[in-house]
Amino acid sequence: MTGKDTQNDGKMTGAEIVLRALKDNGVEHIFGYPGGAVLPIYDEIFQQEDIQHILVRHEQGAGHAAEGYARATGKPGVMLVTSGPGATNAVTPLQDALMDSIPLVCLSGQVPTTLIGSDAFQECDTVGITRPCTKHNWLVKDVNDLAATIHEAFRIATTGRPGPVVVDIPKDVQFATGTYTPPSATQPKGNYKPKMQGDLDRIRAAVELMANARRPIIYSGGGVVNSGPEASQLLRELVELTGFPITSTLMGLGSYPASGKNWLGMLGMHGTYEANMAMHDCDVMVCIGARFDDRITGRLNAFSPNSKKIHIDIDPSSVNKTVRVDVPIIGDVGRVLEDMVRLWRATANKADKSHLKDWWDDITRWRARNSLAYRPNDDVIMPQYAIQRLYEKTKHLDTYITTEVGQHQMWAAQFYGFEKPNRWMTSGGLGTMGYGLPAALGAQIAHPESLVIDIAGDASVQMTMQEMSSAVQYNAPIKIFILNNQYMGMVRQWQQLLHGNRLSNSYTEAMPDFVLMAQAFGAHGIRCEKPGDLDDAIQEMIDVKKPVLFDCRVANLANCFPMIPSGKAHNEMLLPDEATDEAVANAIDAKGRQLV
Amino acid sequence: MNAHLQPTGSAYFIDKETQAVENHTLSVLVTNEPGVLARVIGLFSGRGYNIESLTVSETEHEAHLSRITIVTRGTPHVLEQIKAQLERIVPVHRVVDLTVRALELGSDRPVERELALIKVAGSGEARVEALRLAEAFRAKVIDATVGHFIFEITGKPSKIDQFISIMKPMGLIEVCRTGIAALNRGPQGM
Repeated sequence: MTGKDTQNDGKMTGAEIVLRALKDNGVEHIFGYPGGAVLPIYDEIFQQEDIQHILVRHEQGAGHAAEGYARATGKPGVMLVTSGPGATNAVTPLQDALMDSIPLVCLSGQVPTTLIGSDAFQECDTVGITRPCTKHNWLVKDVNDLAATIHEAFRIATTGRPGPVVVDIPKDVQFATGTYTPPSATQPKGNYKPKMQGDLDRIRAAVELMANARRPIIYSGGGVVNSGPEASQLLRELVELTGFPITSTLMGLGSYPASGKNWLGMLGMHGTYEANMAMHDCDVMVCIGARFDDRITGRLNAFSPNSKKIHIDIDPSSVNKTVRVDVPIIGDVGRVLEDMVRLWRATANKADKSHLKDWWDDITRWRARNSLAYRPNDDVIMPQYAIQRLYEKTKHLDTYITTEVGQHQMWAAQFYGFEKPNRWMTSGGLGTMGYGLPAALGAQIAHPESLVIDIAGDASVQMTMQEMSSAVQYNAPIKIFILNNQYMGMVRQWQQLLHGNRLSNSYTEAMPDFVLMAQAFGAHGIRCEKPGDLDDAIQEMIDVKKPVLFDCRVANLANCFPMIPSGKAHNEMLLPDEATDEAVANAIDAKGRQLV
Repeated sequence: MNAHLQPTGSAYFIDKETQAVENHTLSVLVTNEPGVLARVIGLFSGRGYNIESLTVSETEHEAHLSRITIVTRGTPHVLEQIKAQLERIVPVHRVVDLTVRALELGSDRPVERELALIKVAGSGEARVEALRLAEAFRAKVIDATVGHFIFEITGKPSKIDQFISIMKPMGLIEVCRTGIAALNRGPQGM
C-alpha cells in the first residue's frame, strides 16, 4: 500500500480502502477494464504491487476469467468494471457464476451519488440490473461503510452456496476520505448464516437406507468441488467403503477419478448409457451436491421411478425443487460426508459387498453397450478422436481443461478423463458460449506453470476471441484447441432433431483463418486436417511457450451421442448405433419440441 | 435393449400438477434497507409465483426490521419452494407461512385484516342509502361534501369486497385498499 493511511489517523480514500480490503481478503489477482467511474481505483492499483491487475479486452472476459480463476483455485475470483456498459457487460458472467455456484466478487464503478438517477453519462442502475443475477449486491453511498461492505461481499460470495456478488461504488465515494476497518474488526451484518453441519438423525437414516440397498447409485455434482478437496477425498472414501457405482454431473467431474473402478461416466442428456440406466433402475440414489437439473433428469415423471432418494445440499431451496426426495440433508457436502463415512464405518456391514453383485452385473451389461462408440475414420479427424488424442498426450501433465458450450463441450466431458477436482471449468447451468477462452486465461494466471487448454468450438470461440490479446500481454500460454466443424454443431444437431434438417443460420459461411488470426494476435497458430498428423500437432501445441490457436478440422457433420431427446426418460436414450437419419428426425415428438 | 422411443405427453416442468392450489399468507421479516422489497418482488416475478396481496412497513425501528405480508397462491410444493427461495435472500431474517402455522396452532387461519378507503358520490335516495349501509358495515365517514363521502372500512377482505360491491350502485367513484395485514392467534410471536 501507499502508507498514506498511517499519516492520516487511519483515514483513507475510498479507492485506498478498496485496495486494502482486497488485500486483506487474500486477493492476489483481479481481472478488469478501466473507465471513467473507476479511475480513482485504477490510480490506486497503479501505486501498489501487492495485487496484480489483469487487463482484459471486454468485461465479459474479465468475469469468465475470474470464474476460471475461482474454479481452478477454490478462491474467489475478483473483477473490476466501470459504470454503465462496464457493468452491463458483466451481467453474463454474473448469471453464469450464479447458476454454477462460483464465488465471484464484482466491483463496479458508479456515477457520483449526486448524479445517480439523472441519466448521467455511463449511468445504469447496476444494483437493479444485477439483483436477479447475484447472490447479493450493494450500492455503497458512504465511504465509511465501504470496507465492511467489501468484507461482507467476500463472506457472502464464498460461504454457503457460493455465488457472485456486486459492490457498486460511486466515484465520489472512491474519492471521499473515511475509516478503514479490517475484516477481523467487522461484525457480520444481518441474519445470513448458512447451515454447515447436517442433521445427524437424517444422516443416520441415509446410511441405513444405503446399507440395505441392492441397487444403489451415487450421483455427485459441483457441490463436491465447491466444498473443497477434502470433500472429494471423502467422496472417494465413501465409494470405496460402500462399493457403490458413482456417476456425476458435468459440474462434478473430477471429484471421483475417471480411472476409478466404480466410475460410470457422466449422466444426463449426453451421459453414458450405464450411468443413465443405473439412475433409472436404482433402488437408492445418493445425490451429493447436485440439483436435479433438467439436463440430468430428462422427463421428470419418469425419473428414477422406483428409488428412495437421499439429497445432500447446502441450499435448502435445492431440496424438493423439482424432484421429491425421501431423506434431505441440508449442510456442507464435506461435513456431511465426514459424518456419513464415520457412521458407515461404525454401523454398516462393510466387508460384505456381495449383495451388490447382481447390480454390478447389470451395470457390466450396460457398459458393454459401449454408448460412446463412434465410427473411426482414417481420412477425417473425428471430434471424439481428437479429444481422445488430446487426453492421451496430456493426461500425465499438470493440466487444466476449460470448454466453451456445445458439442465439443459434451465430447470433452465424455472423452477427457478427470482425475482431480478443480481441473475442469465449463459453463454448465447458463451454457455460455465464449466462456472457455477467458476462463482458460484465469486458470493460467492462477497456475502459470500448468498446461491450460480450452477445448473450443469454432463458433463459441469467436464470441470472446479478443481475450487472446490479453493472454499474449500476460504471457499466459493458453492452448485453444478448436474442434472446427464450420457449424454451430449443437444448434445443427437440434435442427436435425426438431426442425426437419432445415439448418437455419447454424453454418458459418465466412470462417476466419484461425492460424492467421493467431499470428495477428502475436500467438501461435496450428492447423491440423489429418488424423495421422494429430499427435505431432498436439505435441507442438504443448511445446510452444506461447498462447496457441489450434484449428483442428474435424468431421463436419458428426453429432453428439448418446442423447436423451427432450421429453424422454433415462431409459429412452438415443444410442450412436441407432441414431440413423430417420431415428434422429423422429426422436422428439410435438410436446418435446417446445422444450429447450 | 434400449427402450423403444414412444411419444410422450409431457416433459420436465410441463407435467400435470396433481396438487390443489391454495392461498397462503406469508410473513417475511427483512432488514429495512434499500432494495429489499425489490428483491422480494423480483423473486416472485422472476420465478413466476403469484402475489395476491402485499403489504410492507417498518415494524421495529431500532432493529431496522420491516415486515412484509404476502398472500400468494400455489400448490403445497410451490409454496414450500417460495418459502425456501425467500429464505435465500440475504436481508431476509425469517419467513413464516402463517396459514400453515395457524393450522399447527389449532386455528383455521390467521387473523387477516385490511383497510379500505372508498369514495362514493351521489345525492338523494342513493346518498342516504350509502350512509345507512356504511353504518351497517361500521364504516366511518372521514370526508364528506353534499355530493360525496369517503368511507374508511376495516375488516376481513371478504367484508370489504362485499361493501364495495354494495356501493357500486350507490355511486362508487374509487377505492384504495391497503392489502392484507396478518398475525396468528395466541400469545406467541412469529
